[in-house]
Amino acid sequence: MFENIGEIILLFWRTMMALPLAWRQRQKVLEQFFEIGNASLLMVCVLSFFIGAVIVLQTGPVMVEHSLTSAVGGIAGIAMAKELAPVMMAILIAGRIGSAFAAEIGSMRVYQEIDALRTMNINPIHYLVLPRIIAIAIAVPMLVVFAILVGWFGGAVVAAANTHIAIPFQTFFHDLRQIVVTKDVANGVFKSFCFGIVIGVVSCHQGLITIGGPRGIGRSVTKAVVNSIVMIVIFDYILTRILLK
Amino acid sequence: MNGQSSNQPSGVSVQVRGLKKSFNGHDVLTGIDFEVQPGEIFVIMGPSGSGKSVLLKHLIGLEAPDEGEILVNGETVNSEDIASKYRTAMVFQSGALLNSLTVGENVGLYLAEHRLKSPEEIEKIVVEKLDDVGLKDAVNKMPSELSGGMKKRAAIARALVIEPQLILYDEPTSELDPLSSVVVGEEILKLKERIHVTSLVVSHDRDLAFGIADRIAVIDEGRIITIGTPDEVKNCTEERVQKFLHAYLKTNTK
Repeated sequence: MFENIGEIILLFWRTMMALPLAWRQRQKVLEQFFEIGNASLLMVCVLSFFIGAVIVLQTGPVMVEHSLTSAVGGIAGIAMAKELAPVMMAILIAGRIGSAFAAEIGSMRVYQEIDALRTMNINPIHYLVLPRIIAIAIAVPMLVVFAILVGWFGGAVVAAANTHIAIPFQTFFHDLRQIVVTKDVANGVFKSFCFGIVIGVVSCHQGLITIGGPRGIGRSVTKAVVNSIVMIVIFDYILTRILLK
Repeated sequence: MNGQSSNQPSGVSVQVRGLKKSFNGHDVLTGIDFEVQPGEIFVIMGPSGSGKSVLLKHLIGLEAPDEGEILVNGETVNSEDIASKYRTAMVFQSGALLNSLTVGENVGLYLAEHRLKSPEEIEKIVVEKLDDVGLKDAVNKMPSELSGGMKKRAAIARALVIEPQLILYDEPTSELDPLSSVVVGEEILKLKERIHVTSLVVSHDRDLAFGIADRIAVIDEGRIITIGTPDEVKNCTEERVQKFLHAYLKTNTK
């Protein structure tokens, strides 16, 4: 992955330079956007509900035992908004959408469709990469907002239903609002915007450098997902460090 | 766009001088020189791995040479500039239709992406070009629904939309039955007569080469070993040329 870092940055730069053409590609952006939403929304809901639920299940009984009942909502709220929703959703999207990007573009490369575009003087970055990166950069933050809300709801359900915690629904959200501020949610959403771009650029780059036949496409898909996850974790630390200031 | 109704050749002349290319230390092209006249059908033949497809990729700008130059209409062009300066098209061995688009969308892609015509005009042109290659009914089909021969013809229709000055064919009859091969050969000849395009054809197919070519070049080990009219190549006494042609004849008369 790291030997290609220069190429990845170059692809990102070229895509940024092509941004003025985004309006021309709006149809493809919309297609990709709906594809991402359609493929991920249900999974995002299921995953974030249970992540919110398990945080409360792990922390709730201990905190209640130590008379910190009012902090349960806040901990679940902060964890979900600032860290778990952006990172877990980005990993989910890397697996679900990054793999699809790498497979589609990789198979186009292997079967000479990208060469065909070039011979028609159609730039593959404008035609293939730009719409995907714009779509994923918009879709991931929206999915993360959804994930945060569903995660909070999952936490609240467990807090109310579990007899060892037994925090009413309303109290849970009241406590959450005492600790979580808009900036916390905004931080998480900003991180997810960056993760979306990382997934898009890494996966499209991997697709564009695919060589070989079906085995090459398989290798590219695996690399796209693994490299995206590694980059997400590295970027998560860097962004958290910056946003803490 | 010009040339459709002109009686003068609309094709470009192509000169290749001292073209060399190697991959990972392996020499693929070791000094290629030839010239193609406007409106000519120039066929490049040779055994597998002799560098034919790599040569074609240089002419369309998909590869850059290590040494040598390519001149189009007497002007040196960088490999990357060819597709933007001249209307060039390539019919790939596999057809290389975009699998996510219908046949009609594939054929109209160039016009749509470069915004050269309105959607209604594009639709009309697409039907017209598909009709030219006998695929009018395939406009809404996906490439996966087409046979090998139909894909090749759809790829030719896509190339026609560009109204090319230079068209390159990479093994246009590979994987085709004899009847489809004849149809593809006829399409190449029709194009020459109708729009006077310059055509470069890379092929193993001796019947196709001798049936359509104005001139033939035989390439071996990255170097052209003979160039001439079909009759001149047939009568060439160069041992490697005869070996290639006769090896082909033997396998085809079994």
